[in-house]
Amino acid sequence: MNPVLSVHGLEKRFGAVVAADALSIDIAPGQKVSLIGANGAGKTTFVNMVTGYLRPDAGSIALDGMDIARRSPRNVARLGISRSFQIPQLFIELTAAENLAVAVSGIGARALSFHAPAEAQGRRDKALELLARFGLADLADRPISELAGGVRKLVDIAMALVRRPKLLLLDEPTSGVSAEEKFATMDRVVHAVAPDAATIVFVEHDMEIVSRYADRVVAFYQGRILADGDPHDVLKDAEVRRYVTGGAQ
Amino acid sequence: MKHGGPHPLVMILLVAAVTLFGRVLPTWTLSLATVAASNALIALGIVILARTGNVSFGQGLFYAAGGYGVALIANAWGITDAVAQTMIGAVCGGLLGLAIGPLIARYSGIFFGMLTLALSMVLYGALVKSTVLGGSDGFNVGRPSLFGMIFTDPREADFMLYAVSVITTGLAGIAATILFRSELGLASLAVRENNLRVEYLGISSTRVITINFIIAAIFAGASGAFALMAQRHIDPQFAYWTTSGEFVFVAVLAGYQSVAAVFVASMALELVRSFSNLYLPNTWQLVLGVFLLGVILFLPRGIGSLWIRDRPKRKEPPAAAAITAQKEAAL
Repeated sequence: MNPVLSVHGLEKRFGAVVAADALSIDIAPGQKVSLIGANGAGKTTFVNMVTGYLRPDAGSIALDGMDIARRSPRNVARLGISRSFQIPQLFIELTAAENLAVAVSGIGARALSFHAPAEAQGRRDKALELLARFGLADLADRPISELAGGVRKLVDIAMALVRRPKLLLLDEPTSGVSAEEKFATMDRVVHAVAPDAATIVFVEHDMEIVSRYADRVVAFYQGRILADGDPHDVLKDAEVRRYVTGGAQ
Repeated sequence: MKHGGPHPLVMILLVAAVTLFGRVLPTWTLSLATVAASNALIALGIVILARTGNVSFGQGLFYAAGGYGVALIANAWGITDAVAQTMIGAVCGGLLGLAIGPLIARYSGIFFGMLTLALSMVLYGALVKSTVLGGSDGFNVGRPSLFGMIFTDPREADFMLYAVSVITTGLAGIAATILFRSELGLASLAVRENNLRVEYLGISSTRVITINFIIAAIFAGASGAFALMAQRHIDPQFAYWTTSGEFVFVAVLAGYQSVAAVFVASMALELVRSFSNLYLPNTWQLVLGVFLLGVILFLPRGIGSLWIRDRPKRKEPPAAAAITAQKEAAL
């Protein structure tokens, strides 16, 4: 099966700091891949390069065989890669439904309408349907500024799902969520994403989440890939235990 | 009400009522209201642009472009019709906005504001040095007409100009209300809050800013045409930075939440200026400053916040509210 994302020889340096050192990864459709690594290992730099926020110094990034390494975040999003953020990037003065409505209006190649109401019934229905998938329909008309951190996280992911992406990148989807609720939150995310059958890549520090939800783990260390494979094997790997998990499993 | 407001039909009736009200207004109030409506039009453009998080300190650029464009065409081709002149002013402002907008939309914040200011001052400098356009003295134009009718009675001429400016500004207000509720209007607020996230959603924030910029330029050009018709004279002062500052002054007074607030703010400013000039001729600027200070201190979100306190919330039944609280607590 052809990979949905194919990255080869990706390099990125910030002065003397090597953030990506000849990274090569192929991700098959439907996989749930977790990126793990200590702070500064290069996970977020990888996500930023794949989504067009950072331009790699060298290497190629292909989505379904199309080179996207020099494209802007907007173009990358239109081609089928969406992302959520470690700190939710929402429009806090708008309601949850309006946040989703902005995302819905970005679908397709047509220009934004000057006169069609932003919350016309079709768009609102789409927004509510997505919020309902995350169990948040009741909060649709609440401004983001009034919502709790965990809810914001889910709204952020819901916005990334609006375009029905081929590849969904989630940056620490359970960070800031209490230990008791992290599995419930992740269950909601996986359940909500399932209808679109998107390939998921998620950055995660919590090894319980990784071992439970990922079917492949890529461990980063100082801009390199330390290990890549089955979660069980990667998390048992001696170097991963030494440099990434610190023995946690 | 961030993108709400009365129904357009109600607004059309309101515009018609305000226009007819001009029939009973004293002459001095008529010209004051004409200036207020004209200034409200350009300030409305600034408010539309401000919804993307950018403030133009150089709307005098388009104001002057509209005014000079109309004056030159009127003198060259003898076009005196007030409606035609308004449209010519809007087109001149819009074309200049179309040329500048895509370049300037790449900047934001203070750089955006200073660039607009710099461009308006470049035009000012060029106009002052241009002998063909009358240099610093400018030049005169003839009295405007309307659909072939020439108004020799000053009161009728004033009312005609009042009616054209109120109707044009009113229609612009209706268009702005529809725009605020639209996809573009909502995307504008999103750009103001987080333009990078907007890009990640596949929407061009630069395009959103450019479109708002061009709309603001069209309004400024039409406003320049009104100013020309009212004064029947144009000079480089149209592009000077203090002229632009005055329009920002109106926009700040109004806030960005309400279209109606722009008209109220513009009229309030003209009244304060007029009365303070009358009763305190040597200190009227001081009164104006205190007025602005008062609005900023007590209405930091502008005059519009007097009737737009907060976002409307849909009422939840108590049971639903309890479920919401549980849901938030769970997350």
